[in-house]
Amino acid sequence: MSEHSSGVEPRGPSHRWTELGVGIFCILLGVITIIGSMKVGIGWGPEGPKSGFFPFYIGVIIICASLVNCAQLLMEKDDGQLFSEWGQLGQVLCVLVPTTVYALLIPYLGIYVASFILIALFMKWLGKYPWTTAIIVAFGTPFALYMFFEKWFLIPLPKGPLEELLGL
Amino acid sequence: MEEIVNLFHGFATVLQPFNILVMIVGIMLGVVIGVLPGLGGANGVAILLPLTFSMSPTSAIIMLSCIYWGALFGGAITSVLFNIPGEPWSVATTFDGHPMAQKGKAGEALTAAFTSSFVGALFAVIMITLVAPLVAKFALQFGPAEKFAVFFIAFCSFIGMGKEPPFKTIVAMMIGFALASVGLDSITGQLRLTFGFTELLNGFDFLIAVIGLFGIGEILLTMEEGLNFRGKSAKINAKVVWETWKDLPRYWATSLRSCLIGVWMGISPAGATPASFMSYGIAKRMSKQGKNFGKGEIEGVVAPETAAHAAGTAALLPMLSLGVPGSPTAAVLLGGLLIWGLQPGPLLFVEQKEFVWGLIASMYLGNLVGLLVVLTCVPLFAAILRIPFSIIAPVILVLCAIGAYTVHNNTFDVVMMMVFGVAGYVMKKCNYPMAPLVLAIVLGDKAEEAFRQSLLGSQGSLGVFFSNGLVGTIMTLGLIALFWPLISNGWARMTSRTPRTAT
Repeated sequence: MSEHSSGVEPRGPSHRWTELGVGIFCILLGVITIIGSMKVGIGWGPEGPKSGFFPFYIGVIIICASLVNCAQLLMEKDDGQLFSEWGQLGQVLCVLVPTTVYALLIPYLGIYVASFILIALFMKWLGKYPWTTAIIVAFGTPFALYMFFEKWFLIPLPKGPLEELLGL
Repeated sequence: MEEIVNLFHGFATVLQPFNILVMIVGIMLGVVIGVLPGLGGANGVAILLPLTFSMSPTSAIIMLSCIYWGALFGGAITSVLFNIPGEPWSVATTFDGHPMAQKGKAGEALTAAFTSSFVGALFAVIMITLVAPLVAKFALQFGPAEKFAVFFIAFCSFIGMGKEPPFKTIVAMMIGFALASVGLDSITGQLRLTFGFTELLNGFDFLIAVIGLFGIGEILLTMEEGLNFRGKSAKINAKVVWETWKDLPRYWATSLRSCLIGVWMGISPAGATPASFMSYGIAKRMSKQGKNFGKGEIEGVVAPETAAHAAGTAALLPMLSLGVPGSPTAAVLLGGLLIWGLQPGPLLFVEQKEFVWGLIASMYLGNLVGLLVVLTCVPLFAAILRIPFSIIAPVILVLCAIGAYTVHNNTFDVVMMMVFGVAGYVMKKCNYPMAPLVLAIVLGDKAEEAFRQSLLGSQGSLGVFFSNGLVGTIMTLGLIALFWPLISNGWARMTSRTPRTAT
C-alpha cells in the first residue's frame, strides 16, 4: 500500500496516488514473473514449450495492462478523492495488526490459545466490553470450535504447549 | 428419457435421511453465512469445505451446494431489513427492498424476495437438467485446443462484460495466472517462480486466496465503514405470505425476463451481481411503474432477486459439464470435487452418475427447503445481525484462520491468508475485480496445460486455435465477448445518431 499524500488534502492518502502505487506494484509483480520465467527458460525445449513459456507472456500482459491503467489515471484530472480518511485507516489497522500477530502466533501457541487472546483483546479494546463478557465469549468460541472440529468432524487443529499440558 | 430416470435416482439419493439432514444443516449455515458481514458464499463454502472431507462426495456436495443456496437467500434478509447487502449480488435488492421495509412492508418484501429467488433458481435448475447432459456429451469430443478455447471464452467474458474497467480486470486475472504458475510445473516437472522459498513449492492454493480476499478483505472494509446496524423488524406470517403470493403472478413477465438474464449471465462467468443490476435496470425501463422504482416497488425486488438466484444456480452448469466454474463459489465447489478425488468436466456425467444427479436433485429440493427455512426463520436470522460487530468480527477472523489452516494443515497458509486479505482490501478500494483473480488461480494450470498441449500439436503455431470449425467458433465467440463494449458501442452508434456510451 502506498501512502503518498497529495498535500492538498491533509485528511488522508489521495485515491489517485494510492491507485498509482497499486499500478506500480502490479508492474513489479509482472517484472518478478518475467524474471522467474526467464530463469527456467521461456523458449521451446525438446518436449515443447519450456516451463517459463506461459508465465513469461502472463508477465508481459500484466506489465502492459498496468501501464495502460497508470496512463489512464495520469491523464484524468485529480478529483481530490481520498483513498480513505486517516481515522478510517486507523480502524482498519486496529483489525489488521492484531490479526497479523494472531496469524504469526498460531504456530507457537496453537490456534485455541491464540484465538482466546484475539477475541478477548478485540472485545475489550475495540468493543469496550467488560472483562467478564469478553472472557466468556473468548473462552466459549474456542471451546465450541474444539468440540465441533476435533470431536465431531475429527479434524485436528494446531495445538500449543497449553494443550500438551492438559493432555488433549 | 434416460435423464429423467437418472434424475429420479438422484432424488432417491437425496431423500436418504442423512442427506436430508445434511441439506437442512447446509441451508441454515448458508443463511447465517449470507447474513454475516465478511462471510459470503465463496469464502463460507471454502471455510466449511474441510468439514466434508470425511463424508461421501454426494453428501459433501449436497451440503456445500446447500450452503451456497442458503447464502443466496440470506443476502436478501440483510438487504431488506438493514439496507446492508450481505452479498454483492443483493445490492440491487436494497433499492426497493429497504424502502418497502421502511413503509412497514418488510414481510411482503422478504416474501417477494425469497419467492423470486426460488423461481429464479428453479428455472435455472430445470435448464441445467435439460442442457447439462447435452453439453457434457458434446464436450467429450473436445481436444486440448477446444478446451483452451472454452477457458478463453470464460476469461474474455470477464473482461468484456464485467463492470470494472477492462484493463484492471486483465491485470487481476493475469496476476491470478501468475500465482497459479508458481511451484511445480505439471508438464515438465520443473520448479518455477519459487525464488528459493520452500513455502512456495506447492504454489498458491486458491482456497487460501478466497478466504483472504473475500473474508479478511471484507472485514477490513466493514471496519473502515464503521457499521451501525439499525434494522427494521420483520413479521412474516402465513397471511402476509399468502397475500404476497397472490400478488406475485402479475409480474410473470418481469420474472421470466429476469430468469433469462440470470441464466445467461450465470453461464458466461459474468456472474450474479451484474445479472441482478441488469435485470433491475431493464425492469425499471420496461415496467409501467418504472418511475416508482427506488421508492418501494415490489417489482423492483422481484427482478434482481430472480436474476441473482438464476445466475448463481446457472453458474454450476459450466462447472459440471465443462469443468469451468461460472463464479468464485462454483470455483470453490470445483476445488471440492478435486479434493474428493473427482475429476470435474464432461466425464463426470459418464463416470459419476450418482454424484451428478444427486447434486442436480439436491438443487431442486435444496431450494424448496431453503424457501421454507427462510420464510419461517427470518426473525432468528435477523437477530444474528443485532449481535455487535465487535463480537462477530474476531469470531469470523478465527473461523477464517481455521478455514485457511485446514486446507493443508499448514500454519503458513494463515499468514498467506492475511496477505491476500490486505490485497483484497486494496483491490476493492481501487476497483480491481477479485472474481477473475480467483478463477485464474483455479483454472491457471488447466488453461496452461491445454494451451501448451495445443501448441505442441501444432509445432508452436497459433493457427491451431482456428484450425477447425468448432474451435474457431468458440474462439470467435470469445473475441466477441472480449471486445463486447466496443461492439455494442459501435452498434449503438450505427442504430441511433446520438452516440452513447455502452453500459
